[in-house]
Amino acid sequence: MTTLEISLTVDAKGLSCPMPIVKTAQAIQRVASGQLLEVLATDPGSVKDFAAWSRSTGNELVASSQEGGVYRFVIRRK
Amino acid sequence: MSLLTEPGTATETRSPEPFAYDGPAPSEPEAPTKELIIVNWSGEYDRVMPTLILASSAAASGVRTKVFVTFWGLLPFVKDQRRITGENWMQKMLSFMQRPGIHHVKLSKMNFLGMGPWMMNTLSKKYHVASPAELLEACQALGVEFIPCQMTMDMFGLKPEDMIDGLGEPAGAATVVELMANADASLFI
Repeated sequence: MTTLEISLTVDAKGLSCPMPIVKTAQAIQRVASGQLLEVLATDPGSVKDFAAWSRSTGNELVASSQEGGVYRFVIRRK
Repeated sequence: MSLLTEPGTATETRSPEPFAYDGPAPSEPEAPTKELIIVNWSGEYDRVMPTLILASSAAASGVRTKVFVTFWGLLPFVKDQRRITGENWMQKMLSFMQRPGIHHVKLSKMNFLGMGPWMMNTLSKKYHVASPAELLEACQALGVEFIPCQMTMDMFGLKPEDMIDGLGEPAGAATVVELMANADASLFI
């Protein structure tokens, strides 16, 4: 297993729908294809939203986890 | 002595065109971009919010998004500092009765002389919900195209310079019908 090297982190903690997705869509433009973007959020709705967003855009949701009320998503740009 | 060399025989067939494509190698076929059309008819907070939330989410999800703004739905797209718009007294009266601008949207019910929107704004801040102005900014940054209705602009006496920057060319119903007929989804809010 290769270690995940994060190129850019988006802090969307405290923001509610749809701003975590909006900020992610803007940030993904700033990483190169194949690189990883990390998003931190506290909106419980973001779990389903990030899965849907990845399916819609074709970017790969590599990891989705939760720790202490903070959701962490790792996305590989297509 | 080959039959094939004899002219005029039925065995002579045209060979297919030689493969002469020398452009770039065709890549994986891209899925066609999906398109969402929203007709934003209302200028009220509880309708402008879903319009802006869905439009920004769609654009963020790679869906080409256009919002036709018509009738009361035009008013949030008038510059905030415009107080009285129009040329005749009726147009001026309309803008006086319903103050235009994205910061002045009212609730469709429970307005209670501004008490409802004040509570809604307070709750929004407490729960970190983006304001209509922030959502509009996000929409424009993500490339959502807002198309004002020409007929309503004329009727309300709104000039292009009354409207916020970055709107599309004003258009009419036939334009929107064509957009909706070709879109993957269309909504009237």
